[in-house]
Amino acid sequence: MVTAAPVAEATGITKRFGSTVALHDASIRIEAGQTHALVGRNGAGKSTLVSILTGLQAPDEGEVSFGGEPAPRLADRDTWRQRVACVYQKSTIIPELTVAENLFLNRHDHGPGGLISWKAVRDKARDLLETWSVDVDVRTPARELDVEQRQFVEIARALSFGARFIILDEPTAQLDAAAINRLFARITDLQQQGVTFLFISHHLQEIYEICDTVTVFRDARHILTAPVDDLPRTELVAAMTGEAAAEAVSRRRGPSAHAAKVLNVAGLSLPGVYDDVSFTVRAGEIVGLAGAASSGRIEIAETVVGLRTATGGTVEIAGARPRPGSVPAALAAGVGFVPQDRHHQGYVPDMSIADNGTLTIPDRLGRAGFIDGRRRDHFARSMIDKLAIKTPGPQLPVSGLSGGNQQKVVTARALANDPKLLVLINPTAGVDVRSKEFLLGKVEQIAESGTGVLIASDELDDLRLCDRVLVVFQGRLVAEIPGGWHDHQLVAAMEGMNLDV
Amino acid sequence: MSESKTAVAVTGNGSTGGTAGKGSSSRSTGKRRIAFARLRDLALIPAIIVIAIVGQLVSPVFLQADNLINILQTMSEIAVLVLAQTMVLIVKKMDLSLESTVGLAPGVAAWLTVPVGAGHGLGLLPGGWSVPITLAVGVLVGVVNALFIIRFGLNGFIVTLGMLIVLRGILTGISGGQTFFRLPESMLYLGTTQWLGMPASVWLCLILFAIGIVVLGFTTFGRSLYAIGGNVDAAKAAGIRTDRVLWIVIVTASLLAALGGLLLSGRLASVASGQGNGYIFTVFAAAVIGGISLNGGKGTMFGAFTGILLLFMIQNVLTLGGVPAQWIGALNGTIILIALAVSRITGGKAQD
Repeated sequence: MVTAAPVAEATGITKRFGSTVALHDASIRIEAGQTHALVGRNGAGKSTLVSILTGLQAPDEGEVSFGGEPAPRLADRDTWRQRVACVYQKSTIIPELTVAENLFLNRHDHGPGGLISWKAVRDKARDLLETWSVDVDVRTPARELDVEQRQFVEIARALSFGARFIILDEPTAQLDAAAINRLFARITDLQQQGVTFLFISHHLQEIYEICDTVTVFRDARHILTAPVDDLPRTELVAAMTGEAAAEAVSRRRGPSAHAAKVLNVAGLSLPGVYDDVSFTVRAGEIVGLAGAASSGRIEIAETVVGLRTATGGTVEIAGARPRPGSVPAALAAGVGFVPQDRHHQGYVPDMSIADNGTLTIPDRLGRAGFIDGRRRDHFARSMIDKLAIKTPGPQLPVSGLSGGNQQKVVTARALANDPKLLVLINPTAGVDVRSKEFLLGKVEQIAESGTGVLIASDELDDLRLCDRVLVVFQGRLVAEIPGGWHDHQLVAAMEGMNLDV
Repeated sequence: MSESKTAVAVTGNGSTGGTAGKGSSSRSTGKRRIAFARLRDLALIPAIIVIAIVGQLVSPVFLQADNLINILQTMSEIAVLVLAQTMVLIVKKMDLSLESTVGLAPGVAAWLTVPVGAGHGLGLLPGGWSVPITLAVGVLVGVVNALFIIRFGLNGFIVTLGMLIVLRGILTGISGGQTFFRLPESMLYLGTTQWLGMPASVWLCLILFAIGIVVLGFTTFGRSLYAIGGNVDAAKAAGIRTDRVLWIVIVTASLLAALGGLLLSGRLASVASGQGNGYIFTVFAAAVIGGISLNGGKGTMFGAFTGILLLFMIQNVLTLGGVPAQWIGALNGTIILIALAVSRITGGKAQD
């Protein structure tokens, strides 16, 4: 069956960033009038594909075409805008301006005398929003829109440029259930009016609800494209994870059942983020906290270490209750902590390895607030040895290290005060394979020595060494999976899908 | 699964049915909100009225035309700087060097045109050149600022802080630390003439603000200032040539500062080596009190005007009230702090 040219097609796309390959010979073909889902785990190459499809980046190899015509030049923004638009998770709206002005920014209507006619702009904006039945007052300042309204306004703006192909980048991540339903109703509506959507979501259930076709990317490659109805969920998950259904071998013995609890979380709640979370970690135990990026797992871990304050519930660390919301108190109670984003919270880039590694333990470096440089460097050298950090010496600024070694410095700092509880958030994000293995091996060693470990991550490799994995979905603990799980079992739970349906 | 699909469809219909009701309610809140937004623009009007009443109670002279014109005239030069700074702040930049340009631009003109023998004048050029030179120096300073800030991507605060010191130093250098007197006629004109019973500088100031209000409110160029200050990436994505707009804003700001300096020199019939010293604090205070955000993208020209007007009315009341001149400075600072606190309360949001 030969149909009309696809709305958008990318063939043989390869894109490299330095030595990493973001996309390798990837293709996607989006037929007119479809709602096409693009899924893949983090790092699968989805966002790179989006930026190539929207003309923000040029592929190294391969071609993009719209409706059978080759894509315009990158500099020709106007033509791109008439072909495709993307509604990102991050707003591209100017908060201080009204909705009307945001819609017609830099293409205002001019009245007599060359001045902007605000009435004409408002009328046109109102018409536009009415055409696409978006119910927002055009005089509202954009900052007052909620996420849902903002998305609708951005969709309407995209349509007003003439684009009939719209990419939605995780549109449901910040919406509640009712808003998601309204968004889906809108998508269905627009689809009937001839708009094609590429829908990116981590929530597989949604794909079964509104998409016609699904494309799976994994490890920078295109894995499959199939009609949603022909693809059982298990196969979709298998395609996302790779057929790595091999039994995970537990390399270590779990903690004894009598080991003391080093972390006891009871009834922890933070409205809108997580709700009634309770769990324990024993000495020597490694517990995973799995979930999608916006599931609340990171926030739970951050609450344990005092970066956030819960509104209800308690955190007990090694029998003590540190003051909620206080990092020093948590550190004093025996917590070591690797934060979510090392660039942001992990280290001070221009300070030396020695300074960074000992930031949490100044009291051990000297008396009365003075720091003994020799003692600090001694500490730092032992860290460098222990964690095999590749550096000429402890005086090198951390910014001069590779990603893997930077992460080792952050880990070293977490270990500096011999913690009873080690909390790791995305401990191997942006780290090369060898450093990753090394770091995870180190974590196992530390657990052997009797430290309780909590790993909040969505990276399967991080979670594989856990004695058990707690799955967080939309702010709640929904499952506890003992070690030795299958990939698809965990991924399905993280994506909020019940494989038994 | 088919069940869930129908469920979606039903809720979808339900929501479209329900939106009519929701729409009308959001529209009415919209109206209230707009009224409120306009109020924000007029936020200082009540304060101005209160000060007018207090002023009248302190001294019956206050509301007389002469005194009001006096207020407008003393504030006219600095108001031009507020106008310039407002544009710069809206695009999320800063220009501290404006206060030095106020002194240097007319200073260079005086240096070149004032005859030998009177202070440090060189008498190289006839007096008619003085106004063009003043404005040209303003443009030149703006170009240097823009070159550093836009072309080389340096931080505007530090660049213009450096420029502030350099320009002030140049003026001290060429004047030998002395004051230029016996300025050419053309330099005195704008600062001394009366048009239709009001000083020309007052007219100029009011006209410039009127132009500013129209440009910022009703032209594509003016709106692009807000877009750049609010979200520069979104502005670029909307096809705005952000660098070009920034160039125009920064150069225009310095040009306006030179004009302000010209008005001041004309009124005082001299250029002191410290002319404009310390103005920038009042300028920033007036802009922020007037609702301009230091974070860019927010505030109106009218608001900025009410800000500077309020400050000068208060000063005038203090003078009429017989506050010793030695204390005016301390009181001024206090008033600025109080006004900032009040506008923080009425604005409702943290200033940064």
